[in-house]
Amino acid sequence: MPTAMVHLLYFARLRESLGTDSERFELPAGVADVDALLQCLRSRGGAWERELAPGRPVRAAVNQDMAGPATPVRDGDEVAFFPPVTGG
Amino acid sequence: MNAPIGTTGLQDAGATLIRVQTEDFDVGREIAALRQANARIGAVASFIGVCRDVNDGASVAGMVLEHYPGMTERALAQIAEEARGRWDVIDLLMIHRVGSLMPTDQIVLVVVTSAHRGEAFAACEFLMDYLKTRAPFWKKESTPGGERWVDARTSDDAAAQRWETQG
Repeated sequence: MPTAMVHLLYFARLRESLGTDSERFELPAGVADVDALLQCLRSRGGAWERELAPGRPVRAAVNQDMAGPATPVRDGDEVAFFPPVTGG
Repeated sequence: MNAPIGTTGLQDAGATLIRVQTEDFDVGREIAALRQANARIGAVASFIGVCRDVNDGASVAGMVLEHYPGMTERALAQIAEEARGRWDVIDLLMIHRVGSLMPTDQIVLVVVTSAHRGEAFAACEFLMDYLKTRAPFWKKESTPGGERWVDARTSDDAAAQRWETQG
């Protein structure tokens, strides 16, 4: 079975706490939406578990559109995680 | 680059101009350029957001504005499109600065032109309310206690929410 790769991006407070701004990530079998992807990342433990814990103010975008937990994630997608926005 | 798109056939077709930049902007020049290009404009509403030297009880020496290149422009264009669907406006201009800013520096400019004031006022406020909750910008302030990320305000969410029910 071909592997499904996504490009992950992290911004602002999340970028600092997680210690990275981007990575290539192989989607494990069965991971097909934002919520499942978040669960995968949490399982890394440490800052990942802490910063991405349910209830933490984390927002997501898929292919540069605001996304929700049920938004599909597919091979080749760009998925970004960040805190609530504070521009203006 | 600053000049609005020329009118092609439609007499009062305006422009949607979106810029994300580190440089400052000249409000007078931006408005003059829009007005000059279209004699159908009867009203100009503008909003300027400015960097303050105090926030949440601490003095602020400066801030750094981070954004998500690509998505930022896309989100602003979507917000502008939504405003066009709601109000009969001519031009929509949104300029947002990123990078290092000092107190008294301009952060954001929104200009709306229309035939009459009601549309321009409403669309201008709508654009700012949506920009604050949907465009991927983040502020990090320098305070005497160190650097800190600015937290999103629930009052901003409430301000944006108003437009959902008003339509």
